[in-house]
Amino acid sequence: MAEFTLPKNSVVTEGKTFKAPADAKNVRRFEVYRWDPDSGENPRVDSYELDLDDCGPMVLDAILKIKNDIDSTLTFRRSCREGVCGSCAMNVNGKNTLACTKAIDSYPGTIKIYPLPHMAVVKDLVPDMTHFYAQYASIKPWIATQTPAPSDSERLQSKEDRAKLDGLYECVLCACCSTSCPSYWWNSERYLGPAVLLQAYRWLADSRDENTGARLDELEDPFKLYRCHTIMNCTDTCPKGLNPAKAIAETKKMLVKRQ
Amino acid sequence: MDFRTPLAKALGLGSAKTGTSHWWMQRVTAVALVPLSLPLLTLTKLCLNAPYRDTVSWLAEPFNTVCIMAWLLAVFYHAALGLQVVIEDYVPKEDTKIIAILAVNLSFLFLALAALLAVLRITLIG
Repeated sequence: MAEFTLPKNSVVTEGKTFKAPADAKNVRRFEVYRWDPDSGENPRVDSYELDLDDCGPMVLDAILKIKNDIDSTLTFRRSCREGVCGSCAMNVNGKNTLACTKAIDSYPGTIKIYPLPHMAVVKDLVPDMTHFYAQYASIKPWIATQTPAPSDSERLQSKEDRAKLDGLYECVLCACCSTSCPSYWWNSERYLGPAVLLQAYRWLADSRDENTGARLDELEDPFKLYRCHTIMNCTDTCPKGLNPAKAIAETKKMLVKRQ
Repeated sequence: MDFRTPLAKALGLGSAKTGTSHWWMQRVTAVALVPLSLPLLTLTKLCLNAPYRDTVSWLAEPFNTVCIMAWLLAVFYHAALGLQVVIEDYVPKEDTKIIAILAVNLSFLFLALAALLAVLRITLIG
Protein backbone atom coordinates (compact mmCIF):
# COMPACT_ATOMS: atom_id res chain seq x y z
CA MET A 1 0.00 0.00 0.00
CA ALA A 2 1.18 3.50 -0.83
CA GLU A 3 2.54 5.42 2.14
CA PHE A 4 3.29 9.06 1.67
CA THR A 5 5.50 9.63 4.70
CA LEU A 6 8.26 7.41 5.99
CA PRO A 7 7.84 5.88 9.45
CA LYS A 8 10.07 7.68 12.00
CA ASN A 9 12.60 4.86 12.18
CA SER A 10 13.02 4.81 8.38
CA VAL A 11 14.00 8.44 7.87
CA VAL A 12 17.45 8.42 6.31
CA THR A 13 20.04 10.59 8.05
CA GLU A 14 23.41 11.88 6.91
CA GLY A 15 26.27 9.57 7.85
CA LYS A 16 30.04 9.65 7.88
CA THR A 17 32.27 10.93 5.07
CA PHE A 18 35.44 9.07 4.16
CA LYS A 19 37.82 11.41 2.30
CA ALA A 20 39.96 10.29 -0.62
CA PRO A 21 43.74 10.04 -0.13
CA ALA A 22 45.39 13.48 -0.46
CA ASP A 23 47.36 12.51 -3.59
CA ALA A 24 44.31 11.13 -5.44
CA LYS A 25 43.75 12.76 -8.85
CA ASN A 26 40.64 10.99 -10.15
CA VAL A 27 38.20 11.25 -7.24
CA ARG A 28 34.62 10.08 -7.37
CA ARG A 29 32.10 10.31 -4.54
CA PHE A 30 29.89 7.32 -3.65
CA GLU A 31 26.91 7.81 -1.34
CA VAL A 32 25.83 4.48 0.10
CA TYR A 33 22.71 3.58 2.12
CA ARG A 34 23.64 2.04 5.46
CA TRP A 35 21.39 0.39 8.02
CA ASP A 36 22.40 -1.87 10.88
CA PRO A 37 19.51 -3.78 12.51
CA ASP A 38 21.51 -4.26 15.72
CA SER A 39 22.34 -0.60 16.37
CA GLY A 40 18.74 0.61 16.77
CA GLU A 41 19.68 3.71 14.78
CA ASN A 42 17.94 5.12 11.73
CA PRO A 43 19.37 4.34 8.32
CA ARG A 44 22.05 6.77 7.12
CA VAL A 45 23.92 7.60 3.94
CA ASP A 46 27.70 7.31 4.22
CA SER A 47 29.90 9.07 1.67
CA TYR A 48 33.06 7.51 0.33
CA GLU A 49 35.50 9.35 -1.92
CA LEU A 50 37.42 6.90 -4.07
CA ASP A 51 40.48 7.35 -6.26
CA LEU A 52 39.24 5.79 -9.52
CA ASP A 53 42.85 5.37 -10.70
CA ASP A 54 43.17 2.81 -7.93
CA CYS A 55 39.82 1.05 -8.49
CA GLY A 56 38.24 -1.33 -11.01
CA PRO A 57 35.85 0.00 -13.67
CA MET A 58 32.49 -1.28 -12.39
CA VAL A 59 30.24 -0.07 -9.59
CA LEU A 60 30.79 -3.41 -7.85
CA ASP A 61 34.55 -2.79 -7.98
CA ALA A 62 33.98 0.48 -6.13
CA ILE A 63 31.85 -1.23 -3.48
CA LEU A 64 34.48 -3.96 -3.05
CA LYS A 65 37.16 -1.27 -2.79
CA ILE A 66 35.17 0.38 0.00
CA LYS A 67 34.72 -2.92 1.83
CA ASN A 68 38.34 -4.06 1.42
CA ASP A 69 40.22 -0.81 2.01
CA ILE A 70 37.97 1.77 3.70
CA ASP A 71 35.02 0.40 5.67
CA SER A 72 34.75 -3.35 6.22
CA THR A 73 31.32 -2.99 7.86
CA LEU A 74 29.61 -2.36 4.49
CA THR A 75 27.33 -5.32 3.78
CA PHE A 76 26.17 -6.43 0.31
CA ARG A 77 25.67 -9.54 -1.80
CA ARG A 78 27.95 -10.39 -4.70
CA SER A 79 29.29 -13.52 -6.30
CA CYS A 80 30.07 -13.94 -10.00
CA ARG A 81 31.02 -10.33 -10.89
CA GLU A 82 29.86 -10.88 -14.48
CA GLY A 83 26.06 -10.56 -14.50
CA VAL A 84 25.27 -14.25 -14.27
CA CYS A 85 24.36 -14.79 -10.61
CA GLY A 86 22.12 -11.77 -10.01
CA SER A 87 23.36 -11.28 -6.44
CA CYS A 88 24.55 -7.67 -6.65
CA ALA A 89 21.22 -6.18 -7.77
CA MET A 90 20.86 -2.74 -6.21
CA ASN A 91 19.54 0.73 -6.92
CA VAL A 92 22.26 2.89 -8.46
CA ASN A 93 21.41 6.55 -9.11
CA GLY A 94 17.71 5.79 -8.94
CA LYS A 95 17.64 2.78 -11.26
CA ASN A 96 17.87 -0.89 -10.37
CA THR A 97 20.81 -2.65 -11.95
CA LEU A 98 23.55 -5.20 -11.39
CA ALA A 99 26.50 -3.38 -9.84
CA CYS A 100 28.92 -5.78 -11.53
CA THR A 101 27.90 -5.00 -15.11
CA LYS A 102 27.39 -1.25 -14.67
CA ALA A 103 30.44 0.90 -15.40
CA ILE A 104 31.26 3.75 -13.03
CA ASP A 105 31.94 5.84 -16.15
CA SER A 106 28.30 5.51 -17.26
CA TYR A 107 27.37 7.99 -14.51
CA PRO A 108 28.48 11.63 -14.54
CA GLY A 109 29.03 12.69 -10.90
CA THR A 110 28.30 11.35 -7.45
CA ILE A 111 26.97 7.79 -7.47
CA LYS A 112 24.16 7.02 -5.03
CA ILE A 113 23.75 3.38 -4.07
CA TYR A 114 20.63 2.05 -2.30
CA PRO A 115 19.18 -1.42 -1.77
CA LEU A 116 16.43 -2.65 -4.12
CA PRO A 117 13.36 -0.44 -3.54
CA HIS A 118 10.39 -1.42 -1.38
CA MET A 119 11.97 -4.56 0.03
CA ALA A 120 12.56 -5.17 3.72
CA VAL A 121 16.24 -4.50 4.38
CA VAL A 122 18.27 -7.13 6.21
CA LYS A 123 21.36 -4.91 6.45
CA ASP A 124 22.86 -2.11 4.31
CA LEU A 125 22.41 -3.19 0.66
CA VAL A 126 21.00 -6.64 1.45
CA PRO A 127 17.22 -6.95 0.92
CA ASP A 128 15.08 -9.82 2.22
CA MET A 129 14.33 -11.96 -0.87
CA THR A 130 12.39 -14.70 0.97
CA HIS A 131 8.95 -13.84 -0.43
CA PHE A 132 10.32 -13.25 -3.94
CA TYR A 133 11.90 -16.72 -4.00
CA ALA A 134 8.74 -18.29 -2.52
CA GLN A 135 6.71 -16.69 -5.31
CA TYR A 136 9.18 -18.17 -7.80
CA ALA A 137 8.72 -21.62 -6.23
CA SER A 138 4.93 -21.18 -6.34
CA ILE A 139 4.85 -21.18 -10.17
CA LYS A 140 6.57 -24.60 -10.27
CA PRO A 141 9.53 -23.55 -12.42
CA TRP A 142 10.34 -26.99 -13.76
CA ILE A 143 9.11 -29.12 -16.65
CA ALA A 144 5.88 -31.06 -16.03
CA THR A 145 4.91 -33.90 -18.35
CA GLN A 146 2.61 -36.91 -18.48
CA THR A 147 4.35 -38.60 -21.38
CA PRO A 148 7.39 -40.52 -20.10
CA ALA A 149 10.75 -39.35 -21.47
CA PRO A 150 11.95 -41.37 -24.49
CA SER A 151 14.06 -44.22 -23.16
CA ASP A 152 16.89 -43.73 -25.63
CA SER A 153 17.06 -39.95 -26.04
CA GLU A 154 16.22 -36.62 -24.51
CA ARG A 155 12.88 -34.84 -25.07
CA LEU A 156 13.28 -33.28 -28.49
CA GLN A 157 12.52 -29.72 -29.45
CA SER A 158 12.69 -28.08 -32.88
CA LYS A 159 15.09 -25.20 -33.42
CA GLU A 160 12.07 -22.90 -33.89
CA ASP A 161 10.53 -23.99 -30.58
CA ARG A 162 13.87 -23.62 -28.83
CA ALA A 163 14.13 -20.07 -30.20
CA LYS A 164 10.91 -19.20 -28.34
CA LEU A 165 12.83 -19.51 -25.07
CA ASP A 166 15.39 -16.89 -26.10
CA GLY A 167 14.88 -13.75 -24.05
CA LEU A 168 13.35 -15.85 -21.26
CA TYR A 169 15.99 -18.37 -20.17
CA GLU A 170 18.60 -15.63 -19.67
CA CYS A 171 16.76 -14.23 -16.61
CA VAL A 172 18.96 -14.53 -13.51
CA LEU A 173 16.22 -13.64 -11.00
CA CYS A 174 18.05 -10.59 -9.71
CA ALA A 175 14.65 -8.94 -8.94
CA CYS A 176 15.65 -5.60 -10.51
CA CYS A 177 12.40 -5.64 -12.53
CA SER A 178 10.00 -6.73 -9.79
CA THR A 179 11.35 -4.18 -7.31
CA SER A 180 11.07 -1.39 -9.90
CA CYS A 181 7.37 -2.12 -10.48
CA PRO A 182 4.91 0.14 -8.60
CA SER A 183 2.25 -2.57 -8.80
CA TYR A 184 4.68 -4.94 -7.07
CA TRP A 185 5.42 -2.27 -4.45
CA TRP A 186 1.73 -1.89 -3.55
CA ASN A 187 0.60 -5.51 -3.87
CA SER A 188 3.60 -7.83 -3.64
CA GLU A 189 1.79 -10.14 -1.19
CA ARG A 190 -0.39 -11.32 -4.07
CA TYR A 191 1.00 -9.91 -7.35
CA LEU A 192 3.73 -12.20 -8.65
CA GLY A 193 5.72 -9.39 -10.27
CA PRO A 194 7.50 -9.24 -13.63
CA ALA A 195 10.44 -11.54 -12.80
CA VAL A 196 8.27 -14.44 -11.63
CA LEU A 197 5.75 -13.89 -14.44
CA LEU A 198 8.58 -13.96 -17.01
CA GLN A 199 9.73 -17.24 -15.47
CA ALA A 200 6.15 -18.55 -15.56
CA TYR A 201 5.94 -17.68 -19.26
CA ARG A 202 9.28 -19.40 -19.85
CA TRP A 203 7.45 -22.68 -19.02
CA LEU A 204 4.28 -21.70 -20.90
CA ALA A 205 6.45 -21.13 -23.97
CA ASP A 206 8.33 -24.43 -23.65
CA SER A 207 7.13 -26.87 -26.34
CA ARG A 208 8.16 -29.86 -24.17
CA ASP A 209 5.96 -28.92 -21.21
CA GLU A 210 2.57 -30.67 -20.91
CA ASN A 211 1.14 -28.56 -18.10
CA THR A 212 0.21 -25.36 -19.95
CA GLY A 213 -3.48 -25.44 -19.02
CA ALA A 214 -2.86 -25.91 -15.32
CA ARG A 215 -0.15 -23.23 -15.37
CA LEU A 216 -2.60 -20.77 -16.98
CA ASP A 217 -5.27 -21.74 -14.41
CA GLU A 218 -2.86 -20.84 -11.62
CA LEU A 219 -1.97 -17.48 -13.18
CA GLU A 220 -5.53 -16.42 -14.04
CA ASP A 221 -6.13 -14.18 -11.07
CA PRO A 222 -6.84 -10.46 -10.68
CA PHE A 223 -3.81 -10.15 -8.41
CA LYS A 224 -1.25 -12.79 -9.39
CA LEU A 225 -1.20 -11.67 -13.04
CA TYR A 226 -3.57 -8.79 -13.75
CA ARG A 227 -1.90 -6.26 -11.44
CA CYS A 228 0.42 -5.68 -14.41
CA HIS A 229 -0.69 -2.35 -15.90
CA THR A 230 2.08 -2.25 -18.54
CA ILE A 231 4.00 0.43 -16.68
CA MET A 232 7.14 -0.98 -18.39
CA ASN A 233 9.60 -0.15 -15.59
CA CYS A 234 10.54 -3.85 -15.67
CA THR A 235 11.70 -3.79 -19.27
CA ASP A 236 13.33 -0.40 -18.83
CA THR A 237 15.44 -1.51 -15.87
CA CYS A 238 16.35 -5.14 -16.75
CA PRO A 239 20.17 -5.32 -16.59
CA LYS A 240 20.09 -8.32 -18.93
CA GLY A 241 18.11 -6.46 -21.61
CA LEU A 242 15.10 -8.78 -21.33
CA ASN A 243 11.43 -7.83 -21.77
CA PRO A 244 9.27 -9.11 -18.87
CA ALA A 245 6.38 -6.84 -19.99
CA LYS A 246 6.22 -8.72 -23.30
CA ALA A 247 6.24 -12.09 -21.51
CA ILE A 248 3.30 -10.91 -19.39
CA ALA A 249 1.46 -9.64 -22.49
CA GLU A 250 2.00 -13.03 -24.19
CA THR A 251 0.57 -14.76 -21.10
CA LYS A 252 -2.52 -12.52 -21.24
CA LYS A 253 -2.86 -13.31 -24.96
CA MET A 254 -2.80 -17.06 -24.18
CA LEU A 255 -5.53 -16.58 -21.58
CA VAL A 256 -7.74 -14.66 -24.05
CA LYS A 257 -7.06 -17.27 -26.73
CA ARG A 258 -8.32 -20.18 -24.61
CA GLN A 259 -11.55 -18.42 -23.56
CA MET B 1 4.14 -15.66 15.68
CA ASP B 2 3.41 -16.69 12.11
CA PHE B 3 4.78 -20.17 11.53
CA ARG B 4 3.50 -20.47 7.96
CA THR B 5 6.27 -21.19 5.46
CA PRO B 6 7.19 -18.54 2.86
CA LEU B 7 5.71 -20.79 0.16
CA ALA B 8 2.39 -21.07 2.03
CA LYS B 9 2.26 -17.27 2.21
CA ALA B 10 3.12 -16.90 -1.48
CA LEU B 11 0.45 -19.43 -2.48
CA GLY B 12 -2.13 -17.71 -0.26
CA LEU B 13 -5.69 -18.72 -1.10
CA GLY B 14 -4.69 -19.78 -4.60
CA SER B 15 -5.86 -18.47 -7.94
CA ALA B 16 -9.29 -16.87 -8.28
CA LYS B 17 -9.43 -18.23 -11.87
CA THR B 18 -11.00 -14.98 -13.07
CA GLY B 19 -9.69 -11.69 -14.36
CA THR B 20 -9.28 -12.42 -18.04
CA SER B 21 -12.76 -11.27 -19.07
CA HIS B 22 -12.40 -8.16 -16.87
CA TRP B 23 -9.10 -7.30 -18.55
CA TRP B 24 -10.39 -8.18 -22.02
CA MET B 25 -13.64 -6.19 -21.70
CA GLN B 26 -11.64 -3.16 -20.56
CA ARG B 27 -9.74 -3.32 -23.88
CA VAL B 28 -12.84 -4.09 -25.95
CA THR B 29 -14.81 -1.15 -24.50
CA ALA B 30 -11.79 1.14 -24.94
CA VAL B 31 -11.58 0.29 -28.65
CA ALA B 32 -15.38 0.45 -29.07
CA LEU B 33 -15.40 3.96 -27.59
CA VAL B 34 -13.20 5.29 -30.41
CA PRO B 35 -15.86 5.05 -33.20
CA LEU B 36 -18.73 5.57 -30.74
CA SER B 37 -17.28 8.92 -29.70
CA LEU B 38 -17.79 10.38 -33.19
CA PRO B 39 -21.62 10.66 -32.91
CA LEU B 40 -21.09 11.92 -29.36
CA LEU B 41 -18.98 14.79 -30.75
CA THR B 42 -21.83 15.65 -33.13
CA LEU B 43 -24.30 15.58 -30.24
CA THR B 44 -22.05 17.79 -28.09
CA LYS B 45 -21.74 20.25 -30.96
CA LEU B 46 -25.53 20.34 -31.35
CA CYS B 47 -26.04 20.74 -27.60
CA LEU B 48 -23.74 23.76 -27.57
CA ASN B 49 -24.84 25.47 -30.81
CA ALA B 50 -28.21 24.24 -32.11
CA PRO B 51 -31.71 24.90 -30.78
CA TYR B 52 -33.25 22.27 -28.48
CA ARG B 53 -35.68 21.07 -31.16
CA ASP B 54 -32.89 20.38 -33.71
CA THR B 55 -30.81 18.56 -31.13
CA VAL B 56 -33.70 16.32 -30.10
CA SER B 57 -34.67 15.56 -33.68
CA TRP B 58 -31.04 14.57 -34.44
CA LEU B 59 -31.01 12.34 -31.36
CA ALA B 60 -34.39 10.83 -32.30
CA GLU B 61 -32.96 9.40 -35.53
CA PRO B 62 -32.86 5.65 -34.68
CA PHE B 63 -29.21 5.21 -35.72
CA ASN B 64 -28.14 8.20 -33.60
CA THR B 65 -30.22 7.04 -30.60
CA VAL B 66 -28.60 3.61 -30.73
CA CYS B 67 -25.09 5.09 -31.14
CA ILE B 68 -25.51 7.38 -28.14
CA MET B 69 -27.03 4.62 -25.99
CA ALA B 70 -24.21 2.27 -27.00
CA TRP B 71 -21.70 5.01 -26.09
CA LEU B 72 -23.36 5.41 -22.68
CA LEU B 73 -23.28 1.66 -22.01
CA ALA B 74 -19.65 1.34 -23.13
CA VAL B 75 -18.45 4.39 -21.21
CA PHE B 76 -20.08 3.47 -17.89
CA TYR B 77 -18.99 -0.17 -18.21
CA HIS B 78 -15.44 0.94 -19.07
CA ALA B 79 -15.39 3.41 -16.16
CA ALA B 80 -16.63 0.80 -13.68
CA LEU B 81 -14.03 -1.75 -14.86
CA GLY B 82 -11.25 0.83 -14.66
CA LEU B 83 -12.18 2.22 -11.27
CA GLN B 84 -12.40 -1.31 -9.86
CA VAL B 85 -8.77 -1.86 -10.88
CA VAL B 86 -7.75 1.40 -9.19
CA ILE B 87 -9.49 0.33 -5.97
CA GLU B 88 -7.87 -3.11 -6.07
CA ASP B 89 -4.49 -1.42 -6.52
CA TYR B 90 -4.71 1.07 -3.69
CA VAL B 91 -7.18 -0.24 -1.08
CA PRO B 92 -5.39 -2.92 0.92
CA LYS B 93 -8.09 -3.79 3.49
CA GLU B 94 -10.29 -6.60 2.20
CA ASP B 95 -13.63 -5.41 3.64
CA THR B 96 -13.12 -1.77 2.58
CA LYS B 97 -12.12 -3.01 -0.85
CA ILE B 98 -15.26 -5.13 -1.34
CA ILE B 99 -17.55 -2.29 -0.19
CA ALA B 100 -15.77 0.26 -2.40
CA ILE B 101 -15.97 -1.98 -5.49
CA LEU B 102 -19.66 -2.69 -4.92
CA ALA B 103 -20.38 1.00 -4.38
CA VAL B 104 -18.55 1.96 -7.58
CA ASN B 105 -20.24 -0.72 -9.69
CA LEU B 106 -23.72 0.06 -8.39
CA SER B 107 -23.18 3.83 -8.79
CA PHE B 108 -22.17 3.40 -12.42
CA LEU B 109 -25.11 1.04 -13.03
CA PHE B 110 -27.44 3.67 -11.55
CA LEU B 111 -25.88 6.44 -13.65
CA ALA B 112 -26.07 4.31 -16.80
CA LEU B 113 -29.78 3.57 -16.22
CA ALA B 114 -30.50 7.24 -15.55
CA ALA B 115 -28.66 8.32 -18.71
CA LEU B 116 -30.42 5.71 -20.87
CA LEU B 117 -33.79 6.73 -19.47
CA ALA B 118 -33.01 10.38 -20.25
CA VAL B 119 -32.16 9.54 -23.87
CA LEU B 120 -35.33 7.45 -24.28
CA ARG B 121 -37.52 10.12 -22.70
CA ILE B 122 -36.39 13.00 -24.88
CA THR B 123 -36.34 10.91 -28.04
CA LEU B 124 -39.71 9.18 -27.51
CA ILE B 125 -41.61 11.92 -25.70
CA GLY B 126 -39.71 14.94 -26.99
